[in-house]
Amino acid sequence: MKIVISGILVMLAVYTGSAQEVKSKNAKIEFHVSGNCEMCKKRIEKAALSVSGVKSSDWHMDCGTLYLIVNEQKTDVTTIQKAIAAVGHDAGEFKTTKVVYDSLHSCCQYERK
Amino acid sequence: MKKQIQVLLLFFFCFYNSIAQDTLQEIKVQNASKSLKKSYRLTANTTTLTSKELLKAACCNLAESFETNPSIDVNFADALTGTKQIKMLGLTSPYLLITEENIPSVRGASQAYGLSFTPGTWVESIQITKGAGSVVNGYESISGQINTELIKPINDIPFFLNVYGSTDSRFELNSHFSARISDKWSSSLFLHGNTRVSKNDMNDDGFLDNPLAKQINVLNRWQYTNATKGWVSFINFRYLNDQKQTGELNFDPSKDKGTTTYWGSEINTQRYDVSTKVGYVFPDMPYQSIGFQNAFNNHDQNSYFGLNRYAIVQKSYYSNLIFNSIINNTKNKFSTGLNFAFDQYGEFFNAIDYSRIDNSVGAFFEYTYDNTDTFSLILGGRVDNHNRLGVFATPRLHARYNPWKKGVLRFSAGRGKRSANIFAENQQLLASSRVFKFLDTNGKIYGLNPEIAWNYGLSFMQGFLLFGKNADIGFDFYRTNFQNQAIVDVLESPQQVLLYNLKGKSFANSLQVEFNFEIQKNFNLRSAYKFYDIQTDYLSGTYQRPLQAKHRFFGNLGYETPILNNGKQWKFDYTINWLGKQQLPVTSSNPVPDRLPKFSPSFSVMNVQATRIFSTTFEIYIGGENIGNYKQDTVILGADNPFGPTFDASIVYGPVFGQMYYAGLRFKIK
Repeated sequence: MKIVISGILVMLAVYTGSAQEVKSKNAKIEFHVSGNCEMCKKRIEKAALSVSGVKSSDWHMDCGTLYLIVNEQKTDVTTIQKAIAAVGHDAGEFKTTKVVYDSLHSCCQYERK
Repeated sequence: MKKQIQVLLLFFFCFYNSIAQDTLQEIKVQNASKSLKKSYRLTANTTTLTSKELLKAACCNLAESFETNPSIDVNFADALTGTKQIKMLGLTSPYLLITEENIPSVRGASQAYGLSFTPGTWVESIQITKGAGSVVNGYESISGQINTELIKPINDIPFFLNVYGSTDSRFELNSHFSARISDKWSSSLFLHGNTRVSKNDMNDDGFLDNPLAKQINVLNRWQYTNATKGWVSFINFRYLNDQKQTGELNFDPSKDKGTTTYWGSEINTQRYDVSTKVGYVFPDMPYQSIGFQNAFNNHDQNSYFGLNRYAIVQKSYYSNLIFNSIINNTKNKFSTGLNFAFDQYGEFFNAIDYSRIDNSVGAFFEYTYDNTDTFSLILGGRVDNHNRLGVFATPRLHARYNPWKKGVLRFSAGRGKRSANIFAENQQLLASSRVFKFLDTNGKIYGLNPEIAWNYGLSFMQGFLLFGKNADIGFDFYRTNFQNQAIVDVLESPQQVLLYNLKGKSFANSLQVEFNFEIQKNFNLRSAYKFYDIQTDYLSGTYQRPLQAKHRFFGNLGYETPILNNGKQWKFDYTINWLGKQQLPVTSSNPVPDRLPKFSPSFSVMNVQATRIFSTTFEIYIGGENIGNYKQDTVILGADNPFGPTFDASIVYGPVFGQMYYAGLRFKIK
């Protein structure tokens, strides 16, 4: 009987656990990415797409918002922001390094906060 | 006023210059303005003509809308049909896939006149793709694809009126009405009528230079758009009635039809079209969509050419289901789907029955890779099962690479296969005493085998600044290699047309060098030199394709004054086409008066147009075609004895009519 109860408990735990972890395959995510020009747009979108699980990326030059459709079972926001920061653009909470920033084309050197 | 005079002077100056030069190198040409878009990013070699570009010529119908653009050569209207045939990479329209909103439109029975059945004012834009093209719309295209987008009801203005008249006594009327019925439904009604009322014979050969004509063309479109749910749909209904009469001036159809009193011809066409389109974009996945197209049409042509009688009815159904999505991310896209086509032909040539049914089913898959930057590739393939062509595969490839800024290198390769509709495609030959002789009888299409060709292309374009203004230069080289071709041989005898399967070689090489330059703001030059080497092994030897110039030069100058705040503006346009000598069909065995030289002379043809925009609602335009008044010497062989053995009205290498002037107006309610 004990075994049965504990078995049920385990199954319940598993069940609630998986219920919490329903991760969307087509999650819409947006956050701010610093940048200036067409070249930035290409670089930002390319960096986002290089992360496995990012299905589409569209950076709006006018407001600096990056719109993503992401398979959350494969990746998360942090990973994507890190990848973008790595190519020179401050993304969400992640800042790029000065070395990478300085290596950007002069027209891409956005104002850093 | 001073400005206007300056503009006019400038215009005439350029104009004068261009007339003065017949040599290739000196003519100044213009850059792709916004009316003609060439992309550094698209994978295929595609040029987009916007409706603005179409306003640069008289542009009565689709066939005439390519005259200001070098990718397509517009031939001269023959005296008989009055229709202009188009060529791309030196190959005539049967080797092109011509679609209307991605549904094949000019094919089968409509091959000869189909382009003249779409009025220019209905057109929103045209995409011209050189080379093999996409596999999505079928296997038939060999040298290129032309897709026409018509005006969408949702974007259209409530009312548009266009009236046109010309010195060759052609009159046209176009009126469009559009309305938003509800927040989701919009509808347009397009009415077109054209007529040529009087007989013209400028070259005094006793024959009409262009046919008497009457056309009524009506299109009713419905558009459903539900952006939040991702649905869009179109339903089109269309009716066309086109009547042409030509031949000797004294020919009266009611008395002389079927007799040898006078030679005459009538071509009457009636056509119904119904087409639908449904598209669905997944709301949470904007890169994924489904499209379903259906088209039904009934094309009925009844005609006679002297004593030759020709009738063709084509009932056709076409359906295309397409699914677009991505693999992993939007760098890897694909389209896949199914096509179904059914064509029932009732075809009679001089009471010989060539009626038949063609049908095919096919599946396609097209993969697109785009690294979002300097490289993209489209790899497509399809497999079809056709009752006459058998089961076959069609592979196609397009690739693009940007080696540096404003430079684009493109490559394409692909296969095409088609059944030639011998009579429908060569109707001009019916206006002669030639006898059609099929030398092969074992094939499934008029005794002939399917036409198969491979097309390879390489192109490079570089944009740069010249004297601080935008300029670009481009090189295109394309080769089409025929594995089999339905040869239409007019090089054996002037009394025969021989039809047989290719024995030996047949290829078409085309080289185009293009230079475009913005001389000043709103003053653009386009120029192109084109070289065609189109050789076919005929029974009597290897010849260049008849009626095809080996060398061609194209120049276009466009000038627009700045738009004043009430919309007032002047626009000027000048186009010159120079054509080198062309191989002519063999006539050496005819009696001396009915012989033509082996080659036509070279000549040039110039068109001009001026548009005055008075306000955003009203504009008028005037223009001239062939203002140098070049006329082909002998248009009709054996014109004195049209029922004799040497009669031939099919050899048209230049303008028949001479100079023509026109005027028109456009009125819009926005």
